[in-house]
Amino acid sequence: MNPLPAQPKLSRKFRLQFEPAQEGWVLLYPEGMVQLNPSAAEILKRCDGSHNIDAIVAELETAFNTQGIGPDVRNLLEEGQRRGWIE
Amino acid sequence: MAGSSELLSAAPIPAGPPLWLLAELTYQCPLHCVFCYNPTRHAQVTDELTTAQWVDVMTQARQLGAAQLGFSGGEPLQRDDLEELVQEAHSLGYYTNLITSGVGLTPARAQRLKDAGLDHVQLSFQDSTRELNDFLSHTRTFDLKQRVAKLIKAHDWPMVMNCVLHRHNLPHVRKIIDMAVALEAEYLELANTQYYGWAWVNRDHLMPTREELAVAEAEVNAFRAEQDAKTEGHKCRVLFVVPDYFEERPKACMNGWGAVFLSIAPDGLAMPCHNARDLPGLQLPNVKDVPLADIWQRSNAFNTYRGDAWMKPTCRSCEDRHKDFGGCRCQAFLLTGDPAETDPVCSKSAHHEKVVAVVKNASKNRHIPIVFRSDAESRALHEPPRSAPAAVAAPQGGAFTASGGRAP
Repeated sequence: MNPLPAQPKLSRKFRLQFEPAQEGWVLLYPEGMVQLNPSAAEILKRCDGSHNIDAIVAELETAFNTQGIGPDVRNLLEEGQRRGWIE
Repeated sequence: MAGSSELLSAAPIPAGPPLWLLAELTYQCPLHCVFCYNPTRHAQVTDELTTAQWVDVMTQARQLGAAQLGFSGGEPLQRDDLEELVQEAHSLGYYTNLITSGVGLTPARAQRLKDAGLDHVQLSFQDSTRELNDFLSHTRTFDLKQRVAKLIKAHDWPMVMNCVLHRHNLPHVRKIIDMAVALEAEYLELANTQYYGWAWVNRDHLMPTREELAVAEAEVNAFRAEQDAKTEGHKCRVLFVVPDYFEERPKACMNGWGAVFLSIAPDGLAMPCHNARDLPGLQLPNVKDVPLADIWQRSNAFNTYRGDAWMKPTCRSCEDRHKDFGGCRCQAFLLTGDPAETDPVCSKSAHHEKVVAVVKNASKNRHIPIVFRSDAESRALHEPPRSAPAAVAAPQGGAFTASGGRAP
């Protein structure tokens, strides 16, 4: 397993999109779709290649008035890396 | 349930959105593949939807929640309005997939499709060798497909390479994988033949033995292990579509009838599965006559096998009924004559021994002549001889008999 990138970026092979009919965010890719839970969506929205992981965590903790979510964010990013969502 | 003569149901079963729209733009195809899943009566389907009608269908389906859109056929590049349809689909917010043989994808059209916003191309190959590719498709298309694959990558599209597997090309599976890697496909779909349409006609000719399949699957797994160990460089994900005659449990066909998948045929027939045209007892609605929301939510055709109330006791009492949905209705019909039966792939089916026998006899039936898909063969299978009276016209279901008999 490669280490997580310093500034994770959504792979150009995936498209992150809000779907009103599903009331949620999805990742679209060739002939497939991943239905994201709200936290996964909030993390992936911030994977724009300019935020480092600590900045993503800090932004989410501020936005959702919470703390200590660093391990959860890293777990999701590792899952996303394994599945090719982020590079 | 309301009478089947009614188009719309008085008591429809609640359904989520149709997430997948398959637009079969045309049944016309320059290839003649022996395993094509299109209906063998394709030559009778001539009244294709217009550009405006397709735009209307795409708009309605998007409003219902469809997010994935496949442009398929036949060969969708046979339609010269493909670029316009892709552009409309893109602006509606679809993820657009072109599912093609490659024939007709010229550099100029590729550029126009890129400009229109096409997201992905699935390119079919029939084999890793020119000889077998060109034999199975009855066309000289191997070199063209190689050029088209390079064109797809030059336009920076992700590429799914699709290869239908059967006894002729299973021994080449590693070479097929190597070709996909060399052409930089992101995904390789090794689709063991599903026996519908032309593949049903050619089933006994195409059926591999259990040993041939096991050798190929071991090669696929060896490649996957190599890929997992790789830390850099191009990676190709291999999907191995299960050869369901060899299984003990049926596939979750379409993820359930009328659950997520909506297929529109070239003539506008709306179907919960692209092979539903030949199922008896279904009054398939047409998008020319009925709003898509009514078709999806209220039509009897989409409600007939939705949920589990329609199931026979074998399925209804099964703990896996919400996992595999009783398997495939088309396969149940082809093998038992009753589309509401348990898919005979399932070992719990009273008809399972038919599937077992087909696999067991796989090496014995190879002398059976192969039938190439063509308009002439389509007419031969489904239209009465000119000298015969109309009364002996092919019955509903055409060459397919209730006993699972073969086409002539």
